Amino acid sequence: MKIKVKVNGYHKTFDVNPDEYLLDTLRANEYLSVKKGCDNSSCGVCTVLFDGKPVPSCSLLSMKADGHEITTVEGIQKDAERLSEYFGEEGADQCGYCNPSMALTVFALKKEIKDPTDEQIKDYLVGNLCRCTGYQSQHIAIKKYLGDDQL
Amino acid sequence: MKVVNHELPSIDGKGLMMGRPAYTDDLAERNSLIVKVLRSPHPYAKIIKIDCTKARALEGVELVLTYEDFERRPFTRAGQGYPEPSPHDKFVLDQFVRYVGDEAAVVAAIDAKIADEALTLIDIEYEVLEPILDFEKAFENPIVIHPEPEIHDMFPIGFEPLKNVAASYHMEVGNVAKSLSDCEVVLEHSFYTQAQAHAMMEPHTVNARIDYQNRLMLYTSTQTPFHVRRIISQVLDYPLSKIRVIKPRVGGGFGGKQAIHGEILVSAVTLRTGKPSKMVFTRKEVFESSYSRHPMRLDIKLGADKDGTLKAIDCFVLSDTGAYGEHALTVFMVAGSKVLPLYNKVDSVRFHGNVVYTNHTPAGAYRGYGAIQGNFALESAIDMLCEKLQMDPIEFRQKNMILEGETSPIFAIMGEGTEGTAMFMESCKLDYCVTRGLELLDWKHKYPRKPLDNNKVKGVGMAIAMQGSGIPYIDMAAATIKLNDDGFYNLLIGATDIGQGSDTILAQIAAEALGTTLDKVIVYSSDSDLTPFDTGAYASSTTYVSGNAVLKAAKDMRKMIVEEGAKALGVDVSEIEYDGIVIKTKDTEMTLKQLSNRLYYNEDQKQLTSTNSYVGTKSPPPFMAGFVEVDVDTLTGEVEIVEYVSVVDCGTTINPMLARGQVEGGIVQGIGMAVYEEVLYNKKGTLITNDFLNYKIPTRLEVKKLTTEFAVSYEEAGPFGAKSVGEIGIDTPPAALANAIYNAVGVRITSLPITPEKILKGLNEKRGQENGK
Repeated sequence: MKIKVKVNGYHKTFDVNPDEYLLDTLRANEYLSVKKGCDNSSCGVCTVLFDGKPVPSCSLLSMKADGHEITTVEGIQKDAERLSEYFGEEGADQCGYCNPSMALTVFALKKEIKDPTDEQIKDYLVGNLCRCTGYQSQHIAIKKYLGDDQL
Repeated sequence: MKVVNHELPSIDGKGLMMGRPAYTDDLAERNSLIVKVLRSPHPYAKIIKIDCTKARALEGVELVLTYEDFERRPFTRAGQGYPEPSPHDKFVLDQFVRYVGDEAAVVAAIDAKIADEALTLIDIEYEVLEPILDFEKAFENPIVIHPEPEIHDMFPIGFEPLKNVAASYHMEVGNVAKSLSDCEVVLEHSFYTQAQAHAMMEPHTVNARIDYQNRLMLYTSTQTPFHVRRIISQVLDYPLSKIRVIKPRVGGGFGGKQAIHGEILVSAVTLRTGKPSKMVFTRKEVFESSYSRHPMRLDIKLGADKDGTLKAIDCFVLSDTGAYGEHALTVFMVAGSKVLPLYNKVDSVRFHGNVVYTNHTPAGAYRGYGAIQGNFALESAIDMLCEKLQMDPIEFRQKNMILEGETSPIFAIMGEGTEGTAMFMESCKLDYCVTRGLELLDWKHKYPRKPLDNNKVKGVGMAIAMQGSGIPYIDMAAATIKLNDDGFYNLLIGATDIGQGSDTILAQIAAEALGTTLDKVIVYSSDSDLTPFDTGAYASSTTYVSGNAVLKAAKDMRKMIVEEGAKALGVDVSEIEYDGIVIKTKDTEMTLKQLSNRLYYNEDQKQLTSTNSYVGTKSPPPFMAGFVEVDVDTLTGEVEIVEYVSVVDCGTTINPMLARGQVEGGIVQGIGMAVYEEVLYNKKGTLITNDFLNYKIPTRLEVKKLTTEFAVSYEEAGPFGAKSVGEIGIDTPPAALANAIYNAVGVRITSLPITPEKILKGLNEKRGQENGK
């Protein structure tokens, strides 16, 4: 079946199976920043923005995306680049596998909550697991990024 | 120093955050066959019938493989140097399956859906055998997990498969029995550690193709690309010269990707079909069918005099290697060799035991590699002994622990599977680490406990630890540096960045030695055709071993530049002053940029390339002291980790920020093992904690405050004074937390993980005893 979606601002038509998940559709169509991690929406590395809200694409049937707007990190390159500079300054990137999904979630957080507290940041990002960093350096980087008045 | 010991951002963080294709599956051929595995539902069974006719007939299925399709050639997937210290006890596919999740058959199809359907069409019948699911019942059990006659060890490792023993070991310094009988105070206790899962974010992933030169080419998410190439060649009897293994960006390893997982299967599929193929493990497969940490029982006896002099350590260890013996002996030995030297002043020490087979998911390498298990037991036992002695545990450690300039006989006796290498501690700031940690946590105002409101009690605890820096005389690394026109370099290294930042820190070492900036050193690592050899990212070897290779190659390059500069300027080498940018004599000068353009385009044309390599002659240990503050809820048994203080001696930190990342990441993984990560099997032997909903790794909510500092330390043998830092962070949390919880509420948990249920049970027993009085 065919679905029509707007991906990163462009209208696209994808041919999908009824039991296909959005993660697989996006990767098959070269949106390779979307990663596979756990298969049951418990690790966060497959996060995309679905009409602006972060959702795990591994558990969203592609046909459910018909008519909706999807953003991957390919669609927020400048924001991701800026966030990566904060990560770099804190030594907060290690394997990097969870980082595109982190950029999307932080992007959504920035739009949704103004001046979030530490607890709000942690709560918002709790679904984005990281096994490398121990989280503290990421948290400092994200906080500094969100506090940057230039953004 | 201008580059080394500076907090520079990693060279690849930006591109990865921006989502540029870099990981194994990003680089798979788009039309790859999908490889899937039919996995055993039984912990132990013999395949008595396997009929693939229907599966093979399904349209879109290209290949179905069973044990009948492979030559019977035992090997080990361990991914270690050759000959391996692990038994060759695995076949690509076998008629026996030895754990739930073991491979029974392999399907390759044009898409995932067809592959899944094909798996259901394989007609397989098992003779279900009685398994061994309790590792304490495995030794000499009448059930034998590996009765096959072809399996063997590569050199003596105590391999006795008919007794279910994958490896065994015994060593004794002095006379432990006599020492213990002479001691005024003896402490005896057993400790249990569980099978922690690596839970790296990127699942095991591999793909293969036949390239335009008709060679087999793999991208694989591995820590050991050169071992992968060798093992594929040996197992499939395919020429090494026709295999290229590329490790692209890896999404975390922690030891779990040291071993071979899907590589042989996709190679077999691609060689037989001529078509590209790929395999991406499901998360369930990562948990169930890759590796975990070796669970252990450690029986400890400590003997001391009343003045607090530790006299004897006796340690018997029973380790569970699961269905296959990968890393069986070496992980077991590290539980002694990288723990016992912490207390080097004892009269006698014994370390012995067995590594047994069970019908569980196999165990393998995992960050800490035995040291975390040994550390939990010994550092818990030390606190228990101190209580018996009525002695302050800090004072006891300061009196008995290893100091700079000292040695331990264990270094010479215990290596990794072989004899060790004697060494003195040229750099050991453990005493500073302890003192500084006490200050940072404000220990004296918090030890041992402080009652809080709401039924909570605050407690503090600590542990000391050591690790190693590579395996002496075995781990070899090489580096090639190529000067390019315009005066920048390529650094080609076999070393394997798995996310720990080795590409960045090795480029920093090169840039420092070359006198240039980090942006002028372009790194390519881990391509078996294009980069020089390196044993891989394991045993905390990269900074020290690969770093030394890079340093040697950079010094060679610098010398070549000076020679060519002297030639260009028409003077003797002795007249040259060179700072990495400008080549100067008394009255003339030339920039490196001018020289390199001259070399490649104008006069005396030649390519400047240097290659050098390094093999360690010792393994200088990094040390650390870990301190933790916890609030324990006496009504629920819940533990909140308020702060974790780490003071680490890893010599010079090549990049202090990335070193801190290694320590903090290790601490949180160690905290996970200590208090959250419970491994559960059902009665049938099926792993039930096989996804992130059931197997709980720490989230960002659990991490409150990590304080990490580095001691000023310099290791003569290390590159710019560096030792390793990749593993040391994980070692202290289990013991430090057990000690802190005991100090808070008086409940001693000796079996990991320390769950609220165990604490509450202990509290209730204690209350019962108190009421009984």
